[in-house]
Amino acid sequence: MTQDGVNKGRRRFLYIATGAMGAVGAVGVATPFVRSWFPSEKAKAIGAPVTVDISRLEPGEMRIAEWRGKPIFIVRRTEEAIANLKSDELVDRLSDPNSEVVSQQPEYAQNPARSRSEDLLVLEGVCTHLGCSPQFLPNVEPQSFDENWMGGFFCPCHGSRFDLAGRVFRGVPAPTNLVVPPHMIEGSMLTIGEDTA
Amino acid sequence: MSTNKPAFMQWLDQRLPVTNAYEKHMSKYYAPVNLNFWYVFGLLATLVFANQILTGIWLTMSFVPSADEAFLSVEYIMRDVEMGWLIRYMHSTGASFFFIVVYLHMFRGIMYGSYKKPRELIWVFGMFIYLVLMAEGFMGYVLPWGQMSYWGAQVIISLFGAIPVIGDGLTEWIRGDFLISGITLNRFFALHVIALPLVLALLVVLHILALHEVGSNNPDGIDIKKHKDEQGKPLDGIPFHPYYTLGKLPMIIVFLFVFCGVIFFFPEGGGYFLEHANFEPANPLKTPEHIAPTWYYGAFYSILRAVPDKLMGVIAMGAAIAILFILPWLDKSPVLSWRYKGWMSKTAIVVFALAFIMLSYLGGQPVTDLNTWLARIGSVIYFGFFLLMPIYTRMESTKPVPERVPAK
Repeated sequence: MTQDGVNKGRRRFLYIATGAMGAVGAVGVATPFVRSWFPSEKAKAIGAPVTVDISRLEPGEMRIAEWRGKPIFIVRRTEEAIANLKSDELVDRLSDPNSEVVSQQPEYAQNPARSRSEDLLVLEGVCTHLGCSPQFLPNVEPQSFDENWMGGFFCPCHGSRFDLAGRVFRGVPAPTNLVVPPHMIEGSMLTIGEDTA
Repeated sequence: MSTNKPAFMQWLDQRLPVTNAYEKHMSKYYAPVNLNFWYVFGLLATLVFANQILTGIWLTMSFVPSADEAFLSVEYIMRDVEMGWLIRYMHSTGASFFFIVVYLHMFRGIMYGSYKKPRELIWVFGMFIYLVLMAEGFMGYVLPWGQMSYWGAQVIISLFGAIPVIGDGLTEWIRGDFLISGITLNRFFALHVIALPLVLALLVVLHILALHEVGSNNPDGIDIKKHKDEQGKPLDGIPFHPYYTLGKLPMIIVFLFVFCGVIFFFPEGGGYFLEHANFEPANPLKTPEHIAPTWYYGAFYSILRAVPDKLMGVIAMGAAIAILFILPWLDKSPVLSWRYKGWMSKTAIVVFALAFIMLSYLGGQPVTDLNTWLARIGSVIYFGFFLLMPIYTRMESTKPVPERVPAK
């Protein structure tokens, strides 16, 4: 076939225009496939607050509730544990002792105990490193991973450590403190997922 | 030649290049005479792939991909389906053996410089196969919905959360939920049984086409195409079929003996092939005391854990895999095989292999100070092997490579 008298400029324009339309079409077709991977309406709808009776929670004890599929740690701290939270020996080893990363707790938990009332700790039991659920090791005793363990949470997956207020230690893979979920206390009833009645 | 062909073959050949393809890839594909033991693993990988496809199809017939049913349906396969236990163990053992043969296949490539010019693309396609295989293994491991399935998925998907800005949205998109749930399980099932096997099959075709274009390397790294007889057949080459097909049959039988030995006597592989924690149904509220990936990801998991920072750890792990892709361009040695490289390359390869084994082992061990330090040393050796390669392969003096394959 002869190429004489071909308008090359117009041909190139048509190539590019056709290619561009094709690309727009490809993005359009890809949209439903990409969008369908986002959380569905059903998945979004599950997330109602949960209420737990904490009247029988003893000092030093932890109970695990479930909210939005996540484990929620509810701990009644002992007097000794509360006092330890303020000791310099501990605070010096923490990465964010004053809870300055605001995304990790509601405003009312931005205090040394990271809680509404000092004795009651409410935390999302999800390690801020890669999402494992840390172990509750409340006693002051040497551990294989820490000679001067003052009680707290230890993540078995990658060795991240948190104190009894969920504050992260320095030099561990977890970057931030454990999350304090929105919660409120009415008498002996604790509601997680809601903080204003 | 075509005159002796049966009429049917003539009819077929005029419509489909059957004889042509058979000659190009089998009877007239000349492989070097000196291929040794290490050259069986590519073939074995194909065999295991076929096993995975076949047993996988059968498993889908009884498996139910839902959070409520998945664990129970696997138990149903194990206890109630006729010979279901055998099909499942063939599949689960096949997964580990796939990685064993692929690791040995890759190590062969490293020893004999099979990734070097003109075989760079073979290596790159191979690396893509390895990458897809890791995704395939990971998603397959999630399907039984045991404790390790659940928490393994939690950890691996959370890795994407370390990416700044888009991380959280990306993990939600991958999970399709705010946490690992039945939704995640369902899409992993789809990817595991349809999407990734298709990609894998395509990559295997590309890997082999690229190989047959340039021809196999050999333990001496000699280019057999340099010396040909009058008919253009390499003097140091023999037809792939039957010499390396039937010729490898004894090794295939040995492999099957070992494979069956594991299936029938140690299907859990001492907790390495099927981890003990996975015999407990997934519990989103409790992480198992000791969580470890299956052994074949151990090295990369160790590198992740060796870095005491979330984002840097994930970057280091990603880099450990990515750096394998550019290996062909890191090796500046004038020779291919380590037989003719200097002592530095030889030492580097041995130390690297030992470090990789140590890292793989540590990936399954709990976090202690000693293990963390060993993992750090291993990680440094791992990256050092690659990053220093342009230097030591240029510095060392090499031995001359013979023109022809040396007579034994």
